Amino acid sequence: MDYVIVLILQVLYSVASLALICAGLAVVFGMMRVINLAHGEFIMLGGFTAVFATQAGIPIVISMLIIAPFVVGFVGLLAEQLVVRFLYGRMIDTMLATWGLSLLLIGAATMLFGNSVAGISAPFGSFKVGQYGVSFYEMFVVAVTVGIMIIGFCVLRYTKLGLIARGTMQNPEMASSLGISPSRVYSITFAIGAALSGLAGALLAPLSGVLPTMGKAFVAKAFITVISGGEAILVGLISASGLLGAFSTLATFATTPVIGDAALLFAAIVLLRFLPNGITGRFFRGSI
Amino acid sequence: MILKRTYIELTAVTLIALFALIVFPKFAQFYTIISSTIYVSLAILALSLAFIWGYGGILCFGQAAFFGLGGYAYAVGAWNFDATVYGALLAVIVPTVFAAALGYFMFYGRLSDVYLGVITLTVTLILFKLVNSTGGDAYAIGKAKLGGFNGMPGTPLLENPLTEEVLSPHALYGLAVVLLFFSYLLCKAVLASRFGRVVVAIRENETRAELLGYDARPYKLIFFSIGAGLAGISGMLFANAVFVAPTMFDMASTARILIWVIVGGLGTLVGPVIGCISLLMITTYLGKTGFVDPNIALGVILIVFVLLVPRGILPLLDDGLNWVLERLKISREKSGGRVL
Repeated sequence: MDYVIVLILQVLYSVASLALICAGLAVVFGMMRVINLAHGEFIMLGGFTAVFATQAGIPIVISMLIIAPFVVGFVGLLAEQLVVRFLYGRMIDTMLATWGLSLLLIGAATMLFGNSVAGISAPFGSFKVGQYGVSFYEMFVVAVTVGIMIIGFCVLRYTKLGLIARGTMQNPEMASSLGISPSRVYSITFAIGAALSGLAGALLAPLSGVLPTMGKAFVAKAFITVISGGEAILVGLISASGLLGAFSTLATFATTPVIGDAALLFAAIVLLRFLPNGITGRFFRGSI
Repeated sequence: MILKRTYIELTAVTLIALFALIVFPKFAQFYTIISSTIYVSLAILALSLAFIWGYGGILCFGQAAFFGLGGYAYAVGAWNFDATVYGALLAVIVPTVFAAALGYFMFYGRLSDVYLGVITLTVTLILFKLVNSTGGDAYAIGKAKLGGFNGMPGTPLLENPLTEEVLSPHALYGLAVVLLFFSYLLCKAVLASRFGRVVVAIRENETRAELLGYDARPYKLIFFSIGAGLAGISGMLFANAVFVAPTMFDMASTARILIWVIVGGLGTLVGPVIGCISLLMITTYLGKTGFVDPNIALGVILIVFVLLVPRGILPLLDDGLNWVLERLKISREKSGGRVL
């Protein structure tokens, strides 16, 4: 019985952390139909920001939830203004340019921070389910992820900003003839996406350690999950990370984490064979 | 005009290949020969992506996957079989079959470019993780221990199938140059064939090609598999020149192939080979001096080329040459007019 509860909590945590590392990517993909290949490096920057801020004496929760997203969001805005802005409408070139950005950030981080693991310890301790210990911090990550989803839903559904975002998503030309500047919407989107990636990196920093090349540990899963979800930001993200995350966690329990990752990829490829536009390309059409 | 172009290109490539094969080893140092072997083997990799992306329009972010598979297939074959030639055969067969299986899901699902790029990239990254985790004696195929993070140093080298002697570094270099030349000829021949023309037509306008009665899916699938086989040859040579390790599947490894193609010129075969060799020289130099991290240089090069020189160097040179010829023609006509 305890084992079942722990297993359920573990699946919950894996799904939440998968959704968390995908969130920033999903926002950019849903809005601009482009995969940001520097996603992993935004995660890495978030991790470094959280570590440095915490080491400077700022309370860990503040440096994770506030400072890291702001810093990385600013970096994202900068990247959008300097590079991505010139490439709208050229999807492949946008992806390639963000890949260049990714290499640039890895190189810069290696030169500035060195090629060694920086870390902070996870706060909050742990609690017991029968004989198994469960970390409070993992449950905190789940709570934050659920919180982001709820905030995201409310913003997209009930605010003017959300209406503008959804309108631009559906039909940029129409939105622009109604007086909305798509390029401004895109730059805000890119910055928000980067901020979410930074948040993910900060939250994962205590669990995984921070390293200039840490991004690539996450991106494979994130890319494939986001395109499996399809273009609806929230529903796609939740359905894909729920399905693939649960599947890969169960495979991990049965075998090893690496096989779990491979199982996730395999499931996604088979899924895309039958749903080429992702889950939300077929089901839940027109959802957020 | 176009036909004349082709002849000029073929002649130039043949001359360069002959120079690289006969003259270059005469004065190059031993160390240079070894690093040249690596460069030439990677040039085949650049060629393979130039082929499928430039002419088939298949956005493959995971050419390194086939490169790595080729290398590992060779290593496994070389450990297990009596003659390493069979390993070399495996190095072509395994990536081709793998690409055909992967391509079935991608092309028959009619996935768009963005999806194709992401899936191929993800496959590469997952292969990296898989191979990286194969440390220890439990992971072995026959006599070949996969070695996890350390790769498989000490793999038997290619032998001459007639004399059963291990190839010397010079002979390996020669083999690499010959294979690069023949890969280039193979690409040219495929593109000149009816099959290749249909593939280019599909790249130009898939809907129109389908309306003319060509099913795009098998064409793309076969074209993609040929590219994977070429990448496998490159991996096999690399396995001989260096040794196989999981870094062959690395994200940086797959990124640099794209950079070679973009810098050299998408839509040409010679350009990416030039891009590959010159960029390898630059990154090796940077790595040696330690002045700038090679990743920074590669990242900046990629961004600058995508933003400012999206067509790459070779088309740019071509335009420049045409401009000069045009000027010459005009001035000759002018001076000719004065004489008359």
